[in-house]
Amino acid sequence: MKYLYYPGCSLKVTGKPYEDSLLAVFNALEEEIEEVNDWNCCGATAYSAVDQMKAFALAARNLALAEEQGGEKAELVAPCAACYLVLNKTCHSIQDYPARVGLQVKRALKAGNLTYKGTVNIRHPLDVFANDIGLEVIEKRVKNKLAGLKVACYYGCQIVRPYAEFDDQHQPMTMDNIIKALGAEPVNWSLKTRCCGGSLSATVSDDALSLSRILIKEAKRRGADIITTACSLCQFNLECFQEKLKQKGDQPGETEIPVAYFTQIMGKALGIDEAKLGFKQSFMPLETLF
Amino acid sequence: MTATETPRIGVYVCHCGINIASRVNVKEVVEFARGLPHVVVASEYKYLCSDPGQELIRADMKEHNLNRIVVASCSPLMHESTFRRVTAEGGQNEFLFQMANIREHVSWVTEDEGEATSKSKALVAGAVRRVAFHEPLTREKVPVNPNVLVVGGGIAGIQAALTMADAGKKVYLVEREPTIGGHMAKFDKTFPTLDCSACILTPKMSMVKSHPNIEMMTLSEVAEVHGYVGNFKVKVKKNPRYIKEDLCVGCLECIESCVYKEAKFPDEYNLGLGKRKPVYIPFPQATPQVVLVDPETCLYLKKGKCKQTCLEACDRKAIDFEQKEEISELDVGAIILATGFKAFDPTNRLPQYGYGFYPEVYTSLEIERLLNSAGPTSGELTTKSGQVPQTVGIVHCVGSRDKKTNVWCSRVCCMYSLKLAHLIEERTGAHVYNFYIDMRTPGKGYEEFYERLLQEGMRPVRGRVAAITDWAMTPEEEGKLVIRVEDTMIGVVRRIPVDMAVLSVGLEPQPDAKEVRRRFNISCSPEGWFLERHPKLAPVSTFTDGVFLAGACQGPKDIPDSVAQAGAAAAEALALIDRGYVEMEPNTAWIEEELCSGCKSCSGQCPYNAIGFDDEKARAMINEALCKGCGTCVATCPSGAARQKLFLDKQIYEEIRGVLSYV
Repeated sequence: MKYLYYPGCSLKVTGKPYEDSLLAVFNALEEEIEEVNDWNCCGATAYSAVDQMKAFALAARNLALAEEQGGEKAELVAPCAACYLVLNKTCHSIQDYPARVGLQVKRALKAGNLTYKGTVNIRHPLDVFANDIGLEVIEKRVKNKLAGLKVACYYGCQIVRPYAEFDDQHQPMTMDNIIKALGAEPVNWSLKTRCCGGSLSATVSDDALSLSRILIKEAKRRGADIITTACSLCQFNLECFQEKLKQKGDQPGETEIPVAYFTQIMGKALGIDEAKLGFKQSFMPLETLF
Repeated sequence: MTATETPRIGVYVCHCGINIASRVNVKEVVEFARGLPHVVVASEYKYLCSDPGQELIRADMKEHNLNRIVVASCSPLMHESTFRRVTAEGGQNEFLFQMANIREHVSWVTEDEGEATSKSKALVAGAVRRVAFHEPLTREKVPVNPNVLVVGGGIAGIQAALTMADAGKKVYLVEREPTIGGHMAKFDKTFPTLDCSACILTPKMSMVKSHPNIEMMTLSEVAEVHGYVGNFKVKVKKNPRYIKEDLCVGCLECIESCVYKEAKFPDEYNLGLGKRKPVYIPFPQATPQVVLVDPETCLYLKKGKCKQTCLEACDRKAIDFEQKEEISELDVGAIILATGFKAFDPTNRLPQYGYGFYPEVYTSLEIERLLNSAGPTSGELTTKSGQVPQTVGIVHCVGSRDKKTNVWCSRVCCMYSLKLAHLIEERTGAHVYNFYIDMRTPGKGYEEFYERLLQEGMRPVRGRVAAITDWAMTPEEEGKLVIRVEDTMIGVVRRIPVDMAVLSVGLEPQPDAKEVRRRFNISCSPEGWFLERHPKLAPVSTFTDGVFLAGACQGPKDIPDSVAQAGAAAAEALALIDRGYVEMEPNTAWIEEELCSGCKSCSGQCPYNAIGFDDEKARAMINEALCKGCGTCVATCPSGAARQKLFLDKQIYEEIRGVLSYV
């Protein structure tokens, strides 16, 4: 099966290591994946707050393009948690409110000579790896077993809530199971879906900081060597403000921990060259962990 | 009347208060009925089922010489028998009557008055056309077998069995667990009086065991049920205990001498909180006082290799590793189902409460066992690390009043939570919180018990708990479970650290309720609770005559209500038995010999083996005593030779014609 790939804005910039590692892992697992041509913004946060219908239309354009490119039943991989949420929300809204949303979106798409039949299946890479490709296959492909590495799997708020059906909303396990398949040890912790601070880091940064601090401290308390995420905003919030936390009075080491995309860890275990996994782009060194 | 007499039909349309009259234009329906063929009288009344209503029909029958009656009112399940009786009292055969259901089928399910009135007219037209072709029928009286089967040996089953056995009936009590006693035997004390559960239950268990009229069958399940009211044939499957029950005296020497020196297997009776050996007795007061061998853990039964030290220890030679599953057949006249409930299992279903994830999160049933002096800790309540808890949080409505799990209120949780709060405080001195949505204490002495707990210093917090977490935000929370809840009394979100969290789990239907329902041919509510015939007026009867309900299998219930219902079920069963006979519905099928070609299509289809074959005449024959009136043979017969009373082709065609002629 060929997967379609919708990068969204962040995987091309701050989340570049996510894109690099994701594509490298697909490649290593011999799964075909192809970027959607001429994609545009998913319509996340700001758009839907201002004009929801325009946001739906914007997201639907990507779905229409994916349908055109991948044919019916296209499997569209959306790695960014916000894209995953917004594309799912758009699909559900078109379906659930055919008159209020569906019709308007249809008109908007028509203006751009596009149509959307509603056949695209939006998938998160966690879902694809665990349920399509399978943990056994991944386990067999592992070249460097990550024995001894303790990983705090952090899912964030948007992947499992509210649309995803592939995992539990309170105690998700997909990433933990993947990490286990790589030979590493996921730590038990209760904050897997607690807020990382989200976009507040840009607006009310002190509050956002205290939120990410909670996650980092708890992951360290549970003995984690590293936090893995599946969202570029989570990764950014958890990794990039550790220096600031120190300035705010945290003891050296108290809130210091590497934060990687789960695909980077997968890539490492599958024997992919670190350079292709964006290791160099991390603030906290990843190389020393392995 | 004879079949050749001209029909003189009376039609009566009921208002049912406003149940029918608020949707259906009753006057218009009556007017319409007057114009139907053979209708001599048509009138309306507010409550036809009442005495004046019945008298109206009887008087009309005399005055107008009526020989057919149609009543348009509620479901025949409700009042068909009433109006058949009225028809008979008016001097006609009770089957010269037909009912049109314009309440359940019309007024309760139709918004538009015009549509409701039209549909009522169509149904009345169908009933009038049909009744004209009704023929007088007689019911057969069949003697009732005086024996009774009680399924389930919890408090409800025990109470029902004892009541009937004391009345002199032979009772078979079938229980699938190795001991009777059910959930109640697991509790330490009972609300609101705090009597010791064992002190009030175990004497009853012992009476069951020693009662000359009760045959107790443990480790047994009902496999098949055939027959009908008064004459059920039941197959009971008894799983091997690997112990000869009549020889074992419960000395427990075999347990002592088992090759496993230590008890190492999770003990089911204590929900895995204690350990047992492969040969064990569920609890010291188990009834029967007989051990059992678990084939999953016994070395000999599992691998065929063991020194079998237990055999030597048993000088009564009661151990029998060759025991096999046994089937026994019982003949009974009535059946009481008292199969109970299953406590909601929060594993994976409410992960936000961390059950199965945090060791100090317990279900209420587990706490019952830990507080029970016959339980795994002899009634001592400590955390898994052996500490006496200082703070305990009891979370209400776990698996209840929530669309994501079960919508119903489980009725007992508020009260048992208060009881647990009292017991925990009494045993450990811990501060106990109760996190509740509403405190529901309807019952004699219940609100007073709540008041007592408030006086005792129990800490109530009104709010549904959002999550239980072990993530500590402050040094005080370190090492504790934190209960996050919106306290709706003061309007703030609170984090309350506790040493133990107790999930007050709700009551669910047994997981195999649907299969059991089919086996006994009764109905379930959509949730899986067994359905009573009428929620108010026939709460222990089912739609299958001779099958009665007792206890929580019909819906969540506490002990007093279960016992009361068990008594009611026993009374209903006794009324049936002591009448001595049942009158059968004369809806059996027969074969028109001249039309039968002897193709035998029907006999293979009959679910009740009621169709035999006369080899001489080469014709099928229906045994009316076995026929249940399902109509399968009637539909199957290619020559139209199989016919059924009350469902003759001409009656059905006329009914259809009547309905369609109006529509």
